[in-house]
Amino acid sequence: MPSLPNLTADLGAVWLTFRLATVTTALLLLIGTPIAWWLARTRSWWKGPVGAVVALPIVLPPTVIGFYLLLLMGPDGAVGRFTVWAGIGLLPFTFWGLVVASVFYSMPFVVQPIQNAFEAIGERPLEAAATLRAAPLDAFFSVALPLAKPGFLTATILGFAHTVGEFGVVLMIGGNIPDQTRVVSVQIYDHVEALEYAQAHWLAGGMVAFSFLVLLALYTLTGRKAR
Amino acid sequence: MRRLFIPLLFAVCTARADQVQVAVAANFTAPAKLLAAAFAKDSGHKAQLSFGGTGKFYAQIRNGAPFEVLLAADDTTPARLEAEGAAVAGSRYTYAIGRLALWSAQPGYVDDQGTVLARGGFKHLAIANPKLAPYGAAAIEALTSLKLLDAVQGRFVQGENIAQTHQFVASGNAELGFVALSQVTQDGRLAAGSAWIVPARLHQAIRQDAVLLARGRGKPAAEAWLKYLKGNTAQAIIKSFGYEI
Amino acid sequence: MSIAAQFKLAWPGFSLDVDLDLPGRGVTALFGQSGCGKTTLLRCIAGLERGAGRLAINGETWQDAGVFLPTHRRPLGYVFQDARLFAHLDVGRNLDYGRRRAASVNSRGDAAIIELLGLGLLLERLPERLSGGEQQRVAIARALLSAPRLLLLDEPLAALDHARKQEILPYLERLRDELDIPVIYVSHAADEVARLADHLVVMEGGRVAAQGPLAETLARIDLPIRLGEDAGAVFAATVVERDAEWHLARVEFDGGELWVRDSGVAVGRQVRVRILARDVSLANSRHDDVSIMNLLPATVLAHAAEDHPSAILVQLRVGGTKLLARLTRRSAQRLDLAPGREVWVQIKAVALIG
Repeated sequence: MPSLPNLTADLGAVWLTFRLATVTTALLLLIGTPIAWWLARTRSWWKGPVGAVVALPIVLPPTVIGFYLLLLMGPDGAVGRFTVWAGIGLLPFTFWGLVVASVFYSMPFVVQPIQNAFEAIGERPLEAAATLRAAPLDAFFSVALPLAKPGFLTATILGFAHTVGEFGVVLMIGGNIPDQTRVVSVQIYDHVEALEYAQAHWLAGGMVAFSFLVLLALYTLTGRKAR
Repeated sequence: MRRLFIPLLFAVCTARADQVQVAVAANFTAPAKLLAAAFAKDSGHKAQLSFGGTGKFYAQIRNGAPFEVLLAADDTTPARLEAEGAAVAGSRYTYAIGRLALWSAQPGYVDDQGTVLARGGFKHLAIANPKLAPYGAAAIEALTSLKLLDAVQGRFVQGENIAQTHQFVASGNAELGFVALSQVTQDGRLAAGSAWIVPARLHQAIRQDAVLLARGRGKPAAEAWLKYLKGNTAQAIIKSFGYEI
Repeated sequence: MSIAAQFKLAWPGFSLDVDLDLPGRGVTALFGQSGCGKTTLLRCIAGLERGAGRLAINGETWQDAGVFLPTHRRPLGYVFQDARLFAHLDVGRNLDYGRRRAASVNSRGDAAIIELLGLGLLLERLPERLSGGEQQRVAIARALLSAPRLLLLDEPLAALDHARKQEILPYLERLRDELDIPVIYVSHAADEVARLADHLVVMEGGRVAAQGPLAETLARIDLPIRLGEDAGAVFAATVVERDAEWHLARVEFDGGELWVRDSGVAVGRQVRVRILARDVSLANSRHDDVSIMNLLPATVLAHAAEDHPSAILVQLRVGGTKLLARLTRRSAQRLDLAPGREVWVQIKAVALIG
């Protein structure tokens, strides 16, 4: 049986991970929706480059992202200079640093389902709304958003789950500070490295169960919609 | 497909004959590369190096990883492997003793007495995870000896290994940190920034042990490699990175 | 009271160039083959496409140099070929969508419109549970409830099968008779146009090929496009007698009278009569010894070639009404059908179309 202090540390990591994933997902829905909307509808030359940047985290190893974020958000990096100038201080080794990193890292998992949903809706319902006196913003909220609901559901679940599963990036910029940056995946890594296999098991097993349940929920919900 | 595969397989088999698979602790990366080059020149054998955390290597070796020699970052892991029968009994020896350095990427930030620790004024002090890395444990011991642990503990940022700890400091995100002297030493001199070499009396010696693993038993290349590390050429290289022997 | 629409627009492989002055009342049909630009013109009027030009609806400018009201600020109703009901809203909420956003209250009354289109029992259904015809009726009601000052219909029947079409057409006729706003109706089906339109614009290759009052324009024989089997005349008539024994009705028009099948229309009512060119034959003298009931004296006005070299289209005047007849070229020559010649028309079939 794991000793009590370690159990407390594990629970702290679980709670921190939950907070991180929640804040990240909320921010991503706010930021990702306009990006997805723009990507779904623009005919601009910029669609390709912007879409590619959003998709980068899918193909890049997390350590690459973490490494560059560490440099960018550091005292000599562009982001770091800005945050210092803005009075926020440096972001690495802080909760909000992890949030910024996770927002970037989980972006494609939120933007792409929403973008797909918007693309599937197409122009037609929006044209109909316009002929019924709905201004573009009105039509967006009264027609596009409700019709894209399954896409938003998928985006929320994937964004949350992907943030929970994040490891390489956190490792690079987290600094393993309890209740600040020590998330579950890092805690599992520490347990494994320290040969504390029993504790690694209950966290890692929990993670497997959580991921399975999330994906099961996702497939059940989207499956029901498709029928 | 098959036409490509068979010569490839053949090449792998023949290469195996005079090749040794070595798991190398991350802090020993740079010297190990030089050593492998010298080894190849002097003996004709090839040392195939993998770098990583000692804890991870332990798990991998216990689960059938094809390593023949382990150059660990500590002395407990090789002893444990030997006790568990995963390493050849009696093959274990200390190939290097690591030195701890308090280092900053900024020149002049760390004085040669390390008083910056007591003075404070920094936001983050990087150390390697003391649970996982011997250099982290040594750093905690040194701070305890200096009676500064409580004062600076709240400013720790932990790297999962000593390489990551170095990265935190090198990128400037942490103003200073405890790293392996070998990481900031080049040709016997401090490569960049400022450092205080933590006196050896402040912490237990960081003994880095090498051991012949069960899979390396009776392999000439593996035995040659272990022997080569004790030779003069090798010891000169190891020392040039700030290790003691 | 009129609609002035002037649009120019060029896409790769297609250009639109029209200058129209349409009546500010009644149903105007935009008629032509697919690809002729009729839907594009309708979308320009709605502001869904941005063509360069000018648009004024009964004195209000919607578009001009430097003026472009976006679609949502044009008080129009638009019925799409594919209904485009909002899938996430039930029928009632679909109907509410435009009504809540309309600047003015509907003069007709919401309940009357729902009644007019027979939607009372469907209000709580989701669009996916409606038939194609029902969806289209909801779409029409939804457009009307937004208190439009112009109603645009883009082939609202094209996606429906014959039975569904017959189900909707009576609703559209009631609309035509009861609405006091102009309607522009895009179609490629001659029978719909003959039944519903008051004014006809024939389009071809992005240009206006002909336009004018329906009867007059349909009876023209100089149009570059041919209606083929659909060529024929449409005119107004009044029911004057119903013969119960033979189930026939007698209708009177400007040029004489006709016997038609009694479809239950009351005596004194105005009806629209359609006579297809293929159902009209000509004779130099009156023959009472044939089965054909409707024989009328007429004067040949003109003739024109038909698509097939054997056929010819003859335009005739019967009193104040123009008729078309399709004959073989050989018959025409045998009868010596020069303009001005007096002949008898024999009409095999007359359709009462609303």
